[in-house]
Amino acid sequence: MNPLYAELQWLPRAPQDFAGRLKALGTSASPLGRELQALALPALDLNQLMKLAKVIDRARCEGKSLEPFVPFRMGVLSNSTIDMLVPALTASAARHGVALEVVQPAYDQVAQEALTPDSKINSSKPDAVLLALDYRALPLKLTLGDAEASSAIVQGVIGYLQALRNGIKTHSNAVCIFQTFAPPVETLFGSLDRALPGTLRNLVDGINRELANFVLGSGDVLLDIAGLAETVGLADWHNTQLWNMAKFPFSDELIPLYADHVARTVAAMRGKSRKVLILDLDNTVWGGVIGDDGIEGIQIAQGDARGEAHLAVQRLALDLRQRGIMLAVSSKNTDEVAREPFEKHPEMLLKLDHIAVFQANWNDKATNIQAIAEELSLGLDAMVFLDDNPVERGLVRKLLPQVAVPELPEDPAWYARYLTAAGYFEAVAFADEDLKRAGFYQDNAKRANLQKQVGGVDAYLASLDMTITFQPFDATGRARIVQLINKSNQYNLTTRRYTDPEVVAAESDPQVFTLQVRLADIFGDNGMISVVICRPGEDGVWEIDTWLMSCRVLGRKVEHMVLREILEHARAAGIHKLIGTYRPTDRNKLVVDHYLKLGFTKVGEENSGLTRWELPVAGAEPESAPMKVVSHGFAPAGEIPKA
Amino acid sequence: MDEAQIYARLAEIFQDVFDDDSIAVTPDLTAKDVDGWDSLTHIRLILTVEKAFKIKFSTSEIGKLEKVGDLVALIKQRT
Repeated sequence: MNPLYAELQWLPRAPQDFAGRLKALGTSASPLGRELQALALPALDLNQLMKLAKVIDRARCEGKSLEPFVPFRMGVLSNSTIDMLVPALTASAARHGVALEVVQPAYDQVAQEALTPDSKINSSKPDAVLLALDYRALPLKLTLGDAEASSAIVQGVIGYLQALRNGIKTHSNAVCIFQTFAPPVETLFGSLDRALPGTLRNLVDGINRELANFVLGSGDVLLDIAGLAETVGLADWHNTQLWNMAKFPFSDELIPLYADHVARTVAAMRGKSRKVLILDLDNTVWGGVIGDDGIEGIQIAQGDARGEAHLAVQRLALDLRQRGIMLAVSSKNTDEVAREPFEKHPEMLLKLDHIAVFQANWNDKATNIQAIAEELSLGLDAMVFLDDNPVERGLVRKLLPQVAVPELPEDPAWYARYLTAAGYFEAVAFADEDLKRAGFYQDNAKRANLQKQVGGVDAYLASLDMTITFQPFDATGRARIVQLINKSNQYNLTTRRYTDPEVVAAESDPQVFTLQVRLADIFGDNGMISVVICRPGEDGVWEIDTWLMSCRVLGRKVEHMVLREILEHARAAGIHKLIGTYRPTDRNKLVVDHYLKLGFTKVGEENSGLTRWELPVAGAEPESAPMKVVSHGFAPAGEIPKA
Repeated sequence: MDEAQIYARLAEIFQDVFDDDSIAVTPDLTAKDVDGWDSLTHIRLILTVEKAFKIKFSTSEIGKLEKVGDLVALIKQRT
C-alpha cells in the first residue's frame, strides 16, 4: 500500500507513549477539547483510534465539556460492518475540532431506517446522515451490451438513493452525505468492461456520474469514495477476505484514511476548512537558497527535475488561490532579496500580486504567522504552513498548535501531493464568491492605503462609492448563505449553524424575516457580506436569531445600514421591538459590543457571558453611512404577516 | 522467533487490542476468558497480529483458531 495514504504521512507520527498520554488526560489545566485535539493530531492506527474514541465517548457520557469542539451528530446507514469505523470516525473528528456523536442503527437496515419516521436514525434528529453504502448494497444486474436496460438499472439505483434521501429529509431534515461507489476490481472481459453497457464497472461508473450530478444540485454533500479508492488502488481498497469473514466494506488498513476523509468533510460542513496557505520560500517555492545562490542559482525552471518539483508547488498554490484560498509568504530572508525572484525571475509562476501578505525578515516563523493572521483578520486555525525545514515545522507546531503544518518528505517531487492529500482546504460547495475572495483581501490592502491617504474615516467611506443591496433569502443566494452561516466565526452574534434544508425552511416561512446583504465599491463587488435572520418572538417582537458579517467589510458601517433596513421592514410588519442576543464563543469577542454600538439597551446577562439586548422600533434612528441603498425582492409591506 | 519471544510480543498486542494491561497471555487462553473478546474484536486481534509479525493468515486458518496456543503455533510456522 502507498504509505502516504495508508499511514497518513502528512501528519506527525504518534508518540511512543500514546496510551500513557491518554491515561494522563484531564490532569492538566487546559480545556479537555484542546488536549483531545492534540492527542488526535498525529497519525493513529486503528487500535489507537479506538482507545481515543473510548475516552471521548466516556467524557461525553460523564457530561464533560468538550470545548472548543463543535458538536455534530451523524447517523450512519450502511450495508456492511461499521462497528470499527464508528470509533475511528469519533477519534478522527477530534483531529478536526469536531465532537462527533455517531448514531448507528442495527446492521444492514438502510431502507427501514431512512423511511420509518421514528427509526433510530430519524428520531435522533441528526445533523447529517452518512450513506456509507458500497456497490454490494445496490441491485445491480448484468445487462451485457444492452444500453437501454443498463440505463434503466442506473436510473433505478438513483431513484432508490433519492427515496432514501427523501425519507431522511421528511423525517429528520438532516443533510445527506452520499458516498460514490468504489468499483469492484474483478473485470469480466477486461478493458472492454469500461465501455460495454451493462458490465459491473460500466454500471458503477454510470451511477457515480448520475449521483454526483444529483448531489451537486440538491444541497446535499458528496464524499468521493470512488476517487479515494482509485487514489490508493482498488486492489488495496477491496479486501475480499475481510468482506467474507466480517462484512468489512474495505481494507482495515485504510480505516484511518477513510475516517479522516469523513471527518474533514464534516469539519468543512461546519466551516472549519483552512483559508490561507503560508509558503516558505527557500527550498519550498524554489530550489536552493536565494540569499546564497542568487537569482541565477535557484532552481525553478522547466526541464530541470528539481525546478519542476518546485514549479508544481507554485502551480498548486496558484490553483488554490483561484478557488479562493489566500496565499502568504513567511521567509527568513532580507525583504528585497526575497522579493527579487518574484519580480525578475522569468520562470516564476507566482508573482507578488498573488501574495496577500509578504513576511520576509529574520523573526521566528511563529511570530510572522501571527502577524499574517492579524493582517488578514483571520484566526490561526485558518492557516496552513508549508515549509521544507523540519525544525521550522516543529517550532510552529509547538508554539501555534492551531496552525496546520504538513509533514513533507525529503524529495520536493512529492510536496504538492502531500499538501493535497492532507485535505486542509476541503469544501462541500463552491459559490461564486469563492472565485473572487483572494482578490477581495488584496483590494482590502489597497483600501487600507487609500484610508491612510484620505485621513478621515467618513471621507474615506464616501470615497469608496459603496452600493449596499438588501434582499430576502432566495435560491440564488442560498449556497453562499449556508456557507456564511457555517463558517463565519468572528463577526457572528450567535454562531448558530444551519444546514441547507434549515435555511430553505427559514426562506419559505412567511413569519421569518431574512436578509442577505451585498456590497460593491470602487474596487469591485464584495459579493454577499452579511446575513440576518429574525424570528417572531412574543407579540409584535422580532428576535434576531442570526446576525453575521464578513470581516472583509469591517469598519464600513455596514452593520448600521443593516439595522436601518431591519427597522424599515419591522415597521412595515407592525413590529414594535427588536431583541438581540450575543452568545460568546472563543472567536467572537469582536462583536461583544455590537448591540451597544447600535443603540440597543442591555436587558439581561448570564454567567456564560451571554447578553440580551432590546431596541424599541419607534424612534430608533441608527447612524447612516455614505452608501447607495438598493432593496428588492421583499413582499409588499402590507403582505408581511405580523408576528 | 522462539515461543517465549512470540508470547512476549502477543502480550503487548493483547493489552493494546483489549485496552487492558492485566491480561496474561497463556497457551490455553480463549475468547471466553477475556472481557470484550467478541467476533469483531477477534478480527481486530488477528489483523493486529498479522501486521505486527508481517504475516497473513488464510480464512480457514483463522476459522480454526480456538485458543492462544493455536495462534502461537501458526505464527511459529510462518516466522
